[in-house]
Amino acid sequence: MSGIMDYPKNGRFGDFGGRYVPESLHGACVEVERYFEKFWSDEDFKAEYIHILQEYAGRPTPLTHAKRLSDQLSVDVFLKREDLTHTGSHKINNVIGQALLTKKMGKKKIIAETGAGQHGVATATAAALFGLSCQVYMGEVDVKRQALNVFRMQLLGAEVIPVGSGSRTLKDAVNEAMRAWVSEIETTHYCIGSVMGPHPYPYMVREFQRVIGEEAATQFANQQGGTPDFVIACIGGGSNAAGTFAGFVDTKAKLIGVEPEGGAAISRGSPGVVHGMRSNLLQDEFGQVQEAESISAGLDYPGVGPEHSYLASIGRASYKTVSDSEVLEAVTLLSQLEGIVPALEPAHAVAYLAREAGSEIPKDSTVVLTLSGRGDKDAEVVASLISARLGKK
Amino acid sequence: MSLLSDTLASKHKSGSKLLIPYITGGLGEEWIEVLLAVVDAGADAVEVGIPFSDPMIDGPVIQEASQRALGMGATPISILSALGALELDIPIAVMTYYNLIHHAGEERFAHWMIDASVSGAIFPDLSFEESVSWRQISTDLDIDTVQLVAPSTSNDRAKLLCEASEGFVYAIGVMGTTGERAQLHKSAIEISKRLKSITNKPVLVGIGVSNSEQAKAVSEVADGVVVGSALVRRVLEGEGPRGAYSFVADLRKAIDS
Repeated sequence: MSGIMDYPKNGRFGDFGGRYVPESLHGACVEVERYFEKFWSDEDFKAEYIHILQEYAGRPTPLTHAKRLSDQLSVDVFLKREDLTHTGSHKINNVIGQALLTKKMGKKKIIAETGAGQHGVATATAAALFGLSCQVYMGEVDVKRQALNVFRMQLLGAEVIPVGSGSRTLKDAVNEAMRAWVSEIETTHYCIGSVMGPHPYPYMVREFQRVIGEEAATQFANQQGGTPDFVIACIGGGSNAAGTFAGFVDTKAKLIGVEPEGGAAISRGSPGVVHGMRSNLLQDEFGQVQEAESISAGLDYPGVGPEHSYLASIGRASYKTVSDSEVLEAVTLLSQLEGIVPALEPAHAVAYLAREAGSEIPKDSTVVLTLSGRGDKDAEVVASLISARLGKK
Repeated sequence: MSLLSDTLASKHKSGSKLLIPYITGGLGEEWIEVLLAVVDAGADAVEVGIPFSDPMIDGPVIQEASQRALGMGATPISILSALGALELDIPIAVMTYYNLIHHAGEERFAHWMIDASVSGAIFPDLSFEESVSWRQISTDLDIDTVQLVAPSTSNDRAKLLCEASEGFVYAIGVMGTTGERAQLHKSAIEISKRLKSITNKPVLVGIGVSNSEQAKAVSEVADGVVVGSALVRRVLEGEGPRGAYSFVADLRKAIDS
């Protein structure tokens, strides 16, 4: 299967992707593309990037055989532990790459959008590490439900700018970050947090995340031999899934992305153009973008990275949905069987596996599931929803 | 060539400066009256925005106007039908974001425009590279597709965009979103000079032109101005057709003087 591995011609993955930006941003996108192309084929740059991931961010992350979960589900589950990276999610892989690129471009400032706050925290972290100033745009709704991450960003020296327009969540944070970028492109790099946005971002972010899939493929081969039957990851914009899939797309593994029911751009959307890309989108009959609604701030996004639309269109990956209540059950399941409290985002992947083990995922299958982040940030949200239930036991 | 090109070219040749006010379609029950007032006040053409949920290049005023219009049920069809019912002596261009065209289908949307007697298209997020099929359709139907050029656009690219632009060349006056500025940014003058040296088409400056004084200063170098947020703010504040008329009449006077 080609496509996922290759540099997208004209910035397109099949019919998806592209660069739909106002003329004011055209030059900035071209500049990012040029620098990325130059440095991603530069061995010294790559070595520096990998060195920082190892010495600072805690890579490689383990591939953990989840024995009790496997016993209970009668499938063999291996968890790719992005929750164990510095800052607690896979987002760090991307921001280290983009912060390095920012330095190479000679820019002094980095801006980012964030939903759950994980990308914002990762960006603030990289900004501190590289001595860059940092502003993070975050919807007012998310500022409220992810207060801990807001504080972490501030502690790291970043300024968090609440966004009050539209649905006041991730989609609007992206709009506002783009608007801010236009007026400061000379000095500022926009560090998009997922495999979305105008070319080269979907490709570039996937390349910075492919370390997840490459490590997991090697680890699985060493621990178990061969390749897994299934590779499962959650999808908001889709960066942890894209990075994971990159390590397995050329194998026979079945690739499954799991979307929240309330934000299922691939399962329930149709092709549209927003945030600089053509991809699947939740929209009304006239093409107005609809608001996603998910328990997880990180997946609360009406679009999805164009590469996922492409993989769905050619049938190389399939995309499934789970409900908020299934996700909450999955949080408890993984916490109590494995001693791992997952973030709400990867709990979507766990929820799908728990529901479909013995069905869509046949008995005795081998599964690699990317645990993209840890659950500390969600403790308050989860507590308010399930503490009553736990107390009754 | 369409009504937009013809009208602007002949006024431009006669030495007159060009004035294109922007209004948000569907903003309030009086929006058609606002449009007519702006025409009476001396507009050479009117840019009508079709509101979009995610107006990426727009600042707070147009965002608010878009939200309000959408909240009142504005759709591409409701706005274009209302325009189609008018008999105007001056051309109308629509400004909107590409997803509305993409979702309807480029050909279908173009026909809606023709049915509404709209002669110009301004789609700020449909980059030149992504606009090949749209430009083919619009050319076939005599719709002018206006290209935007930014202060950050290189000279080579600016030449390409000016060459392709129809009706007029939309010079972005300041790197930033639409909205009023207390001072005219020097980039508005710089881009005017730069584009005037590479094209004979009318060069109009929009984004960051906020009042009569700024409009006059820009028009001394450029061929005219597009004024949006300053007008839409007055409508949002309830000044209605009368307020819109007097603001645009003042702009007219300033650039003609």
